[in-house]
Amino acid sequence: MKLNSKFTEKKATRDGLGDGLLELGRNPKVVVLCADLEESTKTKAFKQKHPKRFFEAGVAEMNLVGMAAGLALDGYIPFATTFAVFGTGLAYGTVRQSVAINKANVKLACTHAGVTVGEDGETHQMLEDVSLMTGLGITTVVPCDYLEAKRATIAAASWPGSLYLRFGREKTPIITDASTPFKIGEAEIFRDGSDIAIIANGIEVFQALEAAKILKTKGVSARVINCHTLPLDEKTVLKAARACGAIVTAEEHSIHGGLGSTVSRLLAEKAPTPTEFVGTRSFGESGTASQLMERHGLTAPYIARVAALAESRK
Amino acid sequence: MQEKRRRRLERIAWELRGDIVAMVANAKSGHCGGPLGLAEVFSVLYFHSMRHDAKKPLWRERDRLYLSNGHVCAVLYAALARSGYFPPEELLSFRKLGSRLQGHPHRNERIGIETTAGMLGQGLSVSVGAALAARLDKSKRRVYCVASDGECQEGSTWEAAMAASNYNLSNLTLLIDYNNVQISGHVSEVMRLEPFAAKWKAFGWNVLEARGNDVESVAQAIEKAKLEKSRPTAIICRTTLGKGVSFMEDNPEWHGKPPDAEQARRALEEISERLEKL
Repeated sequence: MKLNSKFTEKKATRDGLGDGLLELGRNPKVVVLCADLEESTKTKAFKQKHPKRFFEAGVAEMNLVGMAAGLALDGYIPFATTFAVFGTGLAYGTVRQSVAINKANVKLACTHAGVTVGEDGETHQMLEDVSLMTGLGITTVVPCDYLEAKRATIAAASWPGSLYLRFGREKTPIITDASTPFKIGEAEIFRDGSDIAIIANGIEVFQALEAAKILKTKGVSARVINCHTLPLDEKTVLKAARACGAIVTAEEHSIHGGLGSTVSRLLAEKAPTPTEFVGTRSFGESGTASQLMERHGLTAPYIARVAALAESRK
Repeated sequence: MQEKRRRRLERIAWELRGDIVAMVANAKSGHCGGPLGLAEVFSVLYFHSMRHDAKKPLWRERDRLYLSNGHVCAVLYAALARSGYFPPEELLSFRKLGSRLQGHPHRNERIGIETTAGMLGQGLSVSVGAALAARLDKSKRRVYCVASDGECQEGSTWEAAMAASNYNLSNLTLLIDYNNVQISGHVSEVMRLEPFAAKWKAFGWNVLEARGNDVESVAQAIEKAKLEKSRPTAIICRTTLGKGVSFMEDNPEWHGKPPDAEQARRALEEISERLEKL
């Protein structure tokens, strides 16, 4: 797998949303809706370039999503943007009925997911959004870095149907480059290995790659899979389970109903495998992003420890 | 309005009433009070005011109707069937397994159902989006939304009201079924909405009042709304819940209860007596 091996440049995935939208501006059907957060969600550049296709909803997220549904029903490709806690939490009923049941082609693009929101604290650190959206059958993409976030945004416009795109606030290392394959729905093996497979999404993919380095010093060969989309790329996950015999999932999300739960259900059905889960088990709190990563056990050393545990259960 | 046209619309309204009672009685579940009160509004919309063609349900320039208070869908289904979107016999599949006519509407544009509704307070938001889409398309098509009075207790209704006014959506007309009844009693007793017209005016809307069970009054208000150049229009339609069936009128019990066989027979008898006189 070709990656940007230096990991020196850092950028937030939310910037990928902004830059992706700017590129999509060429498509006259693409419209952007915002709920008073154009700076934070990085949609301001689109607004400046395409003011007629930018709609401000104000602090009214139910209406943000409802308006997007109306635009979608008439053939537009709306990106409804806000923070994850508002878009998937506050507006859940509207997403359920007017987007999911309605089969409206709305791209719900939310930033500020996860504990790395930092100082704003627990009310703003959305940790249940993937569970909520996948429960509605909405395809969910959690990009691993800025570049993948931009590519996911661009790919979302031509994806047939509604999508949930999940982005973070914090600057994180860019680990992919232009040659890294990306296709919604297809997981990619970012590092090969045979003793254990770490299946991760979002910013946890970088932590998983770092964990694999730690494991290597201990003689454990770890495979790292960037599993950015749910529903799962079942083939890649099952292949990893059969080849490695032990699994760790890693996500900046609750262990209930996200990537880990989904992987373990698949494994329980098709290939029972010792599995351990890295993810949050409580609401967040105020602190720096790195302190909170530490506090919730989302960092590479913790993943490496949990991986060793899974491996010992083989 | 010409006498002939008025009589035709009235006749259709009473035919819709017959359909509604038959559907709900046959389903042995569902709402008939609200739909009966809306018969004139739907007769006017589908047979007089709206530009639509049942033979071309996906025609891009059709006027749109988004039903927000999904539980009154029996009147929508009856109006769609009588407009030719699907055979009238299909009305008897209402609320049955596998039916296209779900207990609350499920979007199916091919038979004229423009949006899914049931959870209240969403239809106006979807209508605002559709009105913005019409504007982006530089289209003259109009967007209609039907909502209920009780539904205006949902905060999301007012989020949408704010946006429609903010975007000067004069191509959007909201018809509010003001029968003053919601599931647990009279609206004025459950959660007061008054001063209702003043609320819409304060949100920047052009507000009209209509006698909702008078086809001429409804049609005039809709025509007047078309002349408005800068604001969305709300037409507060004063209707009577259960209109046309003496034992249902203005009785909150009939918000969501189906008539039994004997009640349905009596209701249909009252309706056909009325039809004979028209």
